[in-house]
Amino acid sequence: MASNVAQLSPELLLKIHQHMLMSRLLEERLIRMQKQGDAYFWIGGPGEEAFSVPLGLLVDKGAGLAHDYLHLHYRASGTLLAMGVDPVDTIRQMRCTASDRYSGGRTFCHHYAILEWNVCPVSSPIAVQFSMAPGTALAQKRHGGTGITIVQGGDAGTAEGDFPTCLVWSSRPGAELPILMLVMNNQYGISTPAATQHGEQRIADRAGPFGIKHATIDGNDPETAHAGIKQAMDYVRAERKPYLLEVMVSRLYGHSSSSGANYVEGELDCLSAFERKLEQRGLMTQSKLRELRDSYTQQLSDAAQRVRDEPSPAPEQAFEHVFATENRVGTVPGGVR
Amino acid sequence: MATMVQAIRMALHVGEDRLGVTDVFGEDVGPPLGGVFTATQGLKTAWNTPLDERGIIGMAMGLALAGQRPVCEIQFCDYAFNTIDLLKLAGGMYWSSNGQFNLPMVMMTPVGSGIHGSIYHSHAFDSQATRTPGWKIVIPSNPRDAYGLMLSAIADPNPVMYLAPKALLRAKALPGEEIPGEPGDERTLNKMIDAPLGDRSQWRPQWPDTEDLFIPLGKARIAREGTQLTVVTYARMVPICARIADELAEEGISIEVIDLRSLCPYDWDMVSASVQKTNRLLCVNEDTEVTNFGEHLIRRAAEELFYELHAPPKLVAGAQLPGIGLADNLECASVPQKDGITAAIRALVAHEP
Repeated sequence: MASNVAQLSPELLLKIHQHMLMSRLLEERLIRMQKQGDAYFWIGGPGEEAFSVPLGLLVDKGAGLAHDYLHLHYRASGTLLAMGVDPVDTIRQMRCTASDRYSGGRTFCHHYAILEWNVCPVSSPIAVQFSMAPGTALAQKRHGGTGITIVQGGDAGTAEGDFPTCLVWSSRPGAELPILMLVMNNQYGISTPAATQHGEQRIADRAGPFGIKHATIDGNDPETAHAGIKQAMDYVRAERKPYLLEVMVSRLYGHSSSSGANYVEGELDCLSAFERKLEQRGLMTQSKLRELRDSYTQQLSDAAQRVRDEPSPAPEQAFEHVFATENRVGTVPGGVR
Repeated sequence: MATMVQAIRMALHVGEDRLGVTDVFGEDVGPPLGGVFTATQGLKTAWNTPLDERGIIGMAMGLALAGQRPVCEIQFCDYAFNTIDLLKLAGGMYWSSNGQFNLPMVMMTPVGSGIHGSIYHSHAFDSQATRTPGWKIVIPSNPRDAYGLMLSAIADPNPVMYLAPKALLRAKALPGEEIPGEPGDERTLNKMIDAPLGDRSQWRPQWPDTEDLFIPLGKARIAREGTQLTVVTYARMVPICARIADELAEEGISIEVIDLRSLCPYDWDMVSASVQKTNRLLCVNEDTEVTNFGEHLIRRAAEELFYELHAPPKLVAGAQLPGIGLADNLECASVPQKDGITAAIRALVAHEP
């Protein structure tokens, strides 16, 4: 694992902290909504914020081949918030309102789909995004420039065939693809400890035989994560070749609401660890923290209140968008390809 | 006069030349082979992939997400079964993203029996295909439709499954099945677009200047007009049913044969109008009989046309067996054959309420 990384600027650290805090409070809000019966199901990413936020800040955001394509998993709330999504839209998807801009009330929370930012629809089946990612990456490779494909899944998902599909298809000799593969290793597959199912020492090692560059980093520290992402991204952007980054993270509220979604003691909490670090560096105080927390909590409470009164989709909306009548992909809003 | 596989090849050429196709790919699709059935010989965007069907479908989905126009091939539909969750995802991408991400992709795959392909090269896929909503599905039975449906499939902004009946791929066009612009002489066409045997590295096809012929998705075709019975069929069963209709016509029995051509959307208007005229319905296809697409048509006919029917609607389909056996007797016993279809037609026509 990488260590001794350079410190980030105070401004950037505080920005990362704000997104991490908002991400965590949003998740806790969503969990509460589910427990109170205001939503059907929760799944999300508390415990991955120290990685997911720096990732969102480093993404080249935009539409079309010049920018990054994202094939994320359903624990990427921090990444999306750092990219600039409005938490109210996440709450809308949680409530499956008609106003849910990502799916119109059709699917679970954190199943983002944002055409304008190349955020490909997040799916519930795990790892399938590893089969799709080579397609966007091939288009980007031909297009040239620095846009890359970022694909993300969990450690348990690497047992699916889609993961080696990505290794094989991204490393075809002479046709290597600009893909950053991210494996978030929380050491669980739903309720099953990884060590009871996987014999490999490190998931990242699976890249070795393919000649794919790889590393394993600590995803619980935002500075380490930022440096690890930056290094991998710079390589993929410049070399137009794949990179596999394994990221060790915590899973702080279990798999989903189906496993209770209660805070898990004994796992490292990246947010509180980071807050201690900021305090030690003199960048944060307890009172400032409280102030931030109160302000975000209020903001989320107001958002939830707003969404509470928004209507569910009408029955006939189930029949909308089965077939497209015109092409939307590959067209940048505004008409420029 | 082109064969069906030549028609597909010419359509793919038009696709990459004029309709923006960026990639034609799959196992053995690129040079030197150009497809196990030669459907992709000489295409400038054709390339070979790893032997990984999930990777092929995923690649097509990714390319489509990035605004490309891919046509991928699963070498035999029998090998598409491990891609079914990806097919479901592709069919649902536009819907689940609330109308954001359409997928302009074509998946083509040879289907059906008739080449002694044994258990894993004889499957039908039509009923399975209709159980993945969000896909359009076409299944041509002659070279002209193969050409025109491919152009429409490519131009469509949705995922389209293009099911090619493998037993008909090398069948020659009949009069009326010409592709506008193709050379009338078969040998001339072969010389222009068929890759030579041996070293092909320097070979380039000479594409005939075929015209844009868009056969609309969802429109069936009346293969034989008739008055006493409607046979709704598609793919390899179309020429068989048409031949039966011709033979029975000599006995004065008048059979209407509808070649459905598209399974999603499908031309219920044509089926319904025909059944109201003939008052009898027979569905014929190769897929296994339980939860068969023909059953769906019969269910709909029973619900909507009950009082128009003068005989119970009937399905002749593949036997509900785990596979199609290699031995000729085994294949013939489990896949509809001419004699069985003829017997069913005779019984239905003779049936009086």
